[in-house]
Amino acid sequence: MRSDRNTAAPLGLKIAAGCGLLFMHLPILLIFLYAFTTEEKSYQFPPPGLTLKWFAVTWDRPDVWAALGLSVRVAAISTVIALVLGTLCAAAVSGSRFFGRETISLLVILPIALPGIITGIALRSAFSFAEIPFSFWTIILGHATFCVVVVYNNAVARFRRVSGSLVEASMDLGADGFQTFRYVILPNIGTALLAGGMLAFALSFDEVIVTTFTAGQQQTLPIWMLEELVRPRQRPVTNVVAMVVVLVTFLPILGAYYLTRDGDQVAGGGK
Amino acid sequence: MTAVLFQQVSRHFGAVRAVDDVDLAIAEGEFFAMLGPSGSGKTTCLRLMAGFEQPTAGHIEIFGETAEGVPPYRRNVNTVFQDYALFPHLSILENVAYGLMVKGVARAERLKAAEEALAMVKLPGYGARRPGQLSGGQRQRVALARALVNRPRVLLLDEPLGALDLKLREQMQEELKSLQKSLGITFVFVTHDQGEALSMADRIAVFNDGKIQQLGTPEEVYKRPKTRFVADFVGSSNVLTPDFAASLGFPRTYASLRPEAIALGDGPGRKRFTGTVAAASFLGAATRVTVEAAGNRIAAMLPAAAGVPAPGEAVTLSFLPEDLHPMDGEQ
Amino acid sequence: MSALAERSILEGRAGPAGRLSDFFWRNPKILLLLMLTPPLLWLGVIYLGSLFALLLQSFFSIDDFSGLINYEFTLSTYRQLLIPSNFDIILRTVVMAALVTLASAAIAFPIAYYAARYARGKWKVVFYLGVMLPLWSSYLVKVYAWKLILAKEGIVTWALAKLHLLWLLDAWLSLPVVGGNSLSISYTGTFIVFIYVWMPFMILPIQAALERVPGNLIEASADLGGNPAQTFRHVIFPLALPGIIAGSIFTFSLTLGDYIIPQIIGSSRLFIGQAVYAQQGTAGNIPLAAAFTVVPIVIMGLYLWMAKRQGAFDAL
Repeated sequence: MRSDRNTAAPLGLKIAAGCGLLFMHLPILLIFLYAFTTEEKSYQFPPPGLTLKWFAVTWDRPDVWAALGLSVRVAAISTVIALVLGTLCAAAVSGSRFFGRETISLLVILPIALPGIITGIALRSAFSFAEIPFSFWTIILGHATFCVVVVYNNAVARFRRVSGSLVEASMDLGADGFQTFRYVILPNIGTALLAGGMLAFALSFDEVIVTTFTAGQQQTLPIWMLEELVRPRQRPVTNVVAMVVVLVTFLPILGAYYLTRDGDQVAGGGK
Repeated sequence: MTAVLFQQVSRHFGAVRAVDDVDLAIAEGEFFAMLGPSGSGKTTCLRLMAGFEQPTAGHIEIFGETAEGVPPYRRNVNTVFQDYALFPHLSILENVAYGLMVKGVARAERLKAAEEALAMVKLPGYGARRPGQLSGGQRQRVALARALVNRPRVLLLDEPLGALDLKLREQMQEELKSLQKSLGITFVFVTHDQGEALSMADRIAVFNDGKIQQLGTPEEVYKRPKTRFVADFVGSSNVLTPDFAASLGFPRTYASLRPEAIALGDGPGRKRFTGTVAAASFLGAATRVTVEAAGNRIAAMLPAAAGVPAPGEAVTLSFLPEDLHPMDGEQ
Repeated sequence: MSALAERSILEGRAGPAGRLSDFFWRNPKILLLLMLTPPLLWLGVIYLGSLFALLLQSFFSIDDFSGLINYEFTLSTYRQLLIPSNFDIILRTVVMAALVTLASAAIAFPIAYYAARYARGKWKVVFYLGVMLPLWSSYLVKVYAWKLILAKEGIVTWALAKLHLLWLLDAWLSLPVVGGNSLSISYTGTFIVFIYVWMPFMILPIQAALERVPGNLIEASADLGGNPAQTFRHVIFPLALPGIIAGSIFTFSLTLGDYIIPQIIGSSRLFIGQAVYAQQGTAGNIPLAAAFTVVPIVIMGLYLWMAKRQGAFDAL
């Protein structure tokens, strides 16, 4: 690529790339505008006037708070489970060569490689077959399953860098397995795990397809939004919630980028 | 006392015999080199001493204590790794103090010992830096300090100078040698560079195909290679065919003859042969001439003052009979 | 220090941690097994178990009178997939997924190409986050944004009215198949939203593939007299192809299985995802729903198999 450093990009390419980026960002920016509109019965553009009152209205809505609370709890617990399972998997796969490690990589990736509806309906029919009633934990079961891969992807690259001579050096200097884990492995994979955890949280917080099959009557924030999309009843509140969701999901993405930017593989490529 | 003892040690990886029935005794306080091409088994032998590998068969002792089945963290043996393997998340001082920390030495005491170790490798005051801020040569010294601070009974060095440039390498060779002398610790080092092994080691084991080809002092290995492999690998001796050796009045075996033992022309008490110059290259202090003689390609290192014969010229060469060594390892 | 120095074999740490550490060092397979058991139980037993149970159900049938599942092995459910109304759903979904994939590649390529070959320093970060943030932002919010945009009273109608181009929109909407009463209930709308939501998944794999193309390869082509179009066709495009295929795995698979976008923005004609949802929900026909899910699995299996032969997995 060195040869291109001094040459400028062709104009056509610049325009095409710029338009592509605008196409990706303008619709999201539009959400921000609509959060302030005074119009409450339609999606009229341009907004007839701007107001802040919908933020107060949304603030006072218990159903929004309940959905947000459920989503945060589900995402937090799913992230913890995904961290444990993903780290164990990454450690096992990178630490040793054994028969079937390719299969394990595939198994971890499968829940996001297959369309979400398949995961959802498979879990739902398994619940009904085993006569498990829908609950908080049935949502978690689904979410943790597809969050494992995000943690795994982030951890496995870092594990590969640590395993090998750093672990041997630690053992050579007199540290047993537990000491090596505590003083060498954990500090080196820590940021990768944090980044993976943040992305897993974002993924779970936003998930709707699998959740519709595993939630029963419970409402996570995405399910609340889905109902508004299918049968719009309170457009202004939905506008505000949409804007907040965009802002909330940006934070972990930026955090994960910041944590892994010096590494060999930047987080987030594996959604 | 014997520092490291191998009795019929083998390490097989599936069908690959990385180390094949090796016997070895390294004396206390010795500077011992294991020399060989990559894949010859020398590094596996080092890893067997460190405890990263376990022997498939045979017995290993370190200072008289059985070592097989003992994990690396319980061996009072330390390693300087080829890629140094410094911990990137720790400062230089914490790196050096690591071994003492995991053994439970109090903080003040271990930091003091680490400072002393850094001073010993001529890096005083570097403790606060991170490994990424040091040059290759400095990292090498840190790796050395990190190992030596534990006062190991044996220090293992895996291609310790491989990643350094020529000048730095020569300087480090001398420093390692004097360090070893002053500390009196047994050093075992692995290298594929015969010059390094010859200049630093008290004794050399030359490895090929998982076996020791020859074990001896640098002079023995250099001047009297036992096998054609050693003759070729340690400083490119000429290997003469049995017929050629017999035609000059020696026993009918393969024989080695060093290029610098050969001179142009003849003299009293010398063995002579004639040949045709195939190639000649001027090397500054000397000229390297390759001569075809009775189906042998023989290299001779001639002093620059002797003049450079042209390719195609017929020449007479000679050597002293005691410089030709029949190879008893190659019947 | 002298206390440490005398022996060649040290005692090691006392207590259970030291003993356990020695045990794992001697038996690394047991440690491996302990590490793998929880994830394998979760993913291998719960997840794969549910998946196989679902697939198994596709070989059962439903009793037309009682509505109960008849647990006898049969292929009749698969035969139902081939009746015209169901087969239309499959065809419609596959054609849509293919079109979305092609359009996504066309839009993603310039962005990836610019990011890989021209963006440096600060701009590299801008491009990376510029792709990452939309990729990771909420799926539903993205769909919602397009509901706002495509609504009759929304920004598209407004902009076209300002430009006096409303006749163009009306002409497009009056076309068969792609048209409809408004953009938000037409295939055109569905198509645009699919592209918007899944296209970002195409960019990073293409970028990764392009970054592996050495710059001097392009110079070499120019040296040999290739004009930019020839260089693109014969050098850059073939080298980027594994990346495009890797990205297309995402766009194709995600479009195949989506049931929310066509439900919110589109005509009332069903896609595979919607059919699955309807069959398992209101219709209560789990075997047929399961048979429908087999379709994207088989298509993706074939697709992955072909992609693997093209070396696309190196670009993931």
